[in-house]
Amino acid sequence: MLKRLRENKSAQGTLLITPTLIFMVGLLIIPLLLTLIISFGKRSAEGNVIYTFGLHNYMRILGFSHDCPAGQTTCFDPLYAQILWRSISLAFNTTVLVILLAYPLAYFIARSHPSRRNTFLFLVLVPLWTNFVIRVYAWMMLLRTQGLINSVLGWLAGLVGVQFVPFEMLYTPGAVLVGMVYEFLPFMILPIYTSLEKIDNSLYEAAADLGANPLRTFWRVTLPLSMPGVVAGTVLVFVPVMGTFVVSDLLGGKQIILVGNLIQRQFLDARDPTFGSAASLILMVMTLIVMYFYTRKFGFGEEIVAA
Amino acid sequence: MNPYKRSPFVKISTVLVYFFLYAPIIGLMLFSFNASKTNIFFEGFITRFGPLQMNGSTVVQSPCGPFHWFCELSKNAEVRNAAKNTLTIAFISTITSTVIGTLAALALQRYDFRLKSFAQLSLYIPIVIPEIVMGIGILVLFSQLFSFLNNLLGLRLTMGLPTVIVSHIAFSIPFVTLVVQARLQGFDKSYEEAAMDLGANELTTFWRVTFPMILPGVLSGALLAFTLSLDDFVITFFTTGPGSTTLPIYVYGLLRRIITPQVNALSTIWVLVVFTVVLILQRVQNRQT
Repeated sequence: MLKRLRENKSAQGTLLITPTLIFMVGLLIIPLLLTLIISFGKRSAEGNVIYTFGLHNYMRILGFSHDCPAGQTTCFDPLYAQILWRSISLAFNTTVLVILLAYPLAYFIARSHPSRRNTFLFLVLVPLWTNFVIRVYAWMMLLRTQGLINSVLGWLAGLVGVQFVPFEMLYTPGAVLVGMVYEFLPFMILPIYTSLEKIDNSLYEAAADLGANPLRTFWRVTLPLSMPGVVAGTVLVFVPVMGTFVVSDLLGGKQIILVGNLIQRQFLDARDPTFGSAASLILMVMTLIVMYFYTRKFGFGEEIVAA
Repeated sequence: MNPYKRSPFVKISTVLVYFFLYAPIIGLMLFSFNASKTNIFFEGFITRFGPLQMNGSTVVQSPCGPFHWFCELSKNAEVRNAAKNTLTIAFISTITSTVIGTLAALALQRYDFRLKSFAQLSLYIPIVIPEIVMGIGILVLFSQLFSFLNNLLGLRLTMGLPTVIVSHIAFSIPFVTLVVQARLQGFDKSYEEAAMDLGANELTTFWRVTFPMILPGVLSGALLAFTLSLDDFVITFFTTGPGSTTLPIYVYGLLRRIITPQVNALSTIWVLVVFTVVLILQRVQNRQT
């Protein structure tokens, strides 16, 4: 039998891939299918799952509620639709801001001397690998009413002799946006850098020789050639922002609820795991649809692996 | 034309973005030396060894001087337990996922078999779906499986270290595989074929030719898996149970209640560890190219 295995290349390959398949099927594909199955189910009085088949959870997310005022059997409650919309628009705003901040930095690194590039990249990697929760905490300390930003502003106001009323920054939508931008900025810098670094210098020279000014060179040469990096970065930013609940939880307080918070509460505050499953799958499908159209329009580079 | 020419706009933006990236981290580290129990204001550095007054009246014994909060942190039993769990999970999941992921990379790059495209596709899924979806899926799997087994056999299975470790292995495998695959792509099959022609069998060829070639890739894959595991919050959050709290989970739980300089001290240590690990990772990758 060993001899047969030695001669059969296909069997060898299957043997090598089997452990991976066990993990990917057991802890990714089966879990996703189970999520799908229980999303059609109902919650029992004790909070367990009753396996039935119905689309009630999906109807509820879309706003067709069953907890209506007396006398009505169905009514419209846009609460969850609003949460979905808030998450999408936050992910969109975060991605746009992150691109605007990441691009100049990535360009700077790509056009610096090769011997210094690693140092600049190193400086991007350290915040990236510093724990997510710790980075949110850093912003809690900055944004608090008695936090660092207000202290510095108060000190400056004192210097000029102006009355200073501290800003309420923590637990606002702006705090969540800043936190998201901060968390995911490095994920955009790295892929954009990778695609910018590949651009041959002769292309810039050619553009200059042909009379293009720097702005036109950027618009017609640099930007189009770096699009794969921007696309990869968008995937790496947009997808996690859609599902993150820590940032909104710690910087947004109780008021700012995103899909991630909704899902987390359904499971851990022992509310309704079947509803949470439906929300989780809607989140997945929404993300995949957005990413599908986005990458189909702009192409999908190998930059994603480089990050 | 100078190839390294950058406009003032680019330079100024770069400085500002680096400031944006580092100011919060540096602020965080500064506050870990704060002579304040509440950590609301910066009251100055702790400069004395021995007894010192904090927030007006309370006298605190600080034999560690400026490192007072670090000493307090090291005495905190919950933190020590969380650190132990974090490292245990990271070590076991790194070793397992590195072995499994390397085998998968070899299979995908050097062999043809049925299910090959399915395997490759399944490795991309964790990257293109939000982490919470995978976390919820695993939570559903274990909770349903455990309640079924517990009812059937009268067991008392709960979430804990094993569920966290298994989940970490699952999300690390794709990353290890992709890194090692990228490394294998750069090498011609002809090296291995030459070894075989010269009479080496598969095992000898693997250990003497293939493995040394991909070793840097395997090492950076392992370091990546290690950092991913240390850093993970979302998957751990949904698969952890009583007694298997990791550092990020502990910090998150604490932050929802109180703020203490101990968390800053922990953050400072964390940043320094990351600094070292990233430095090593970059060295390893540089040697590759």
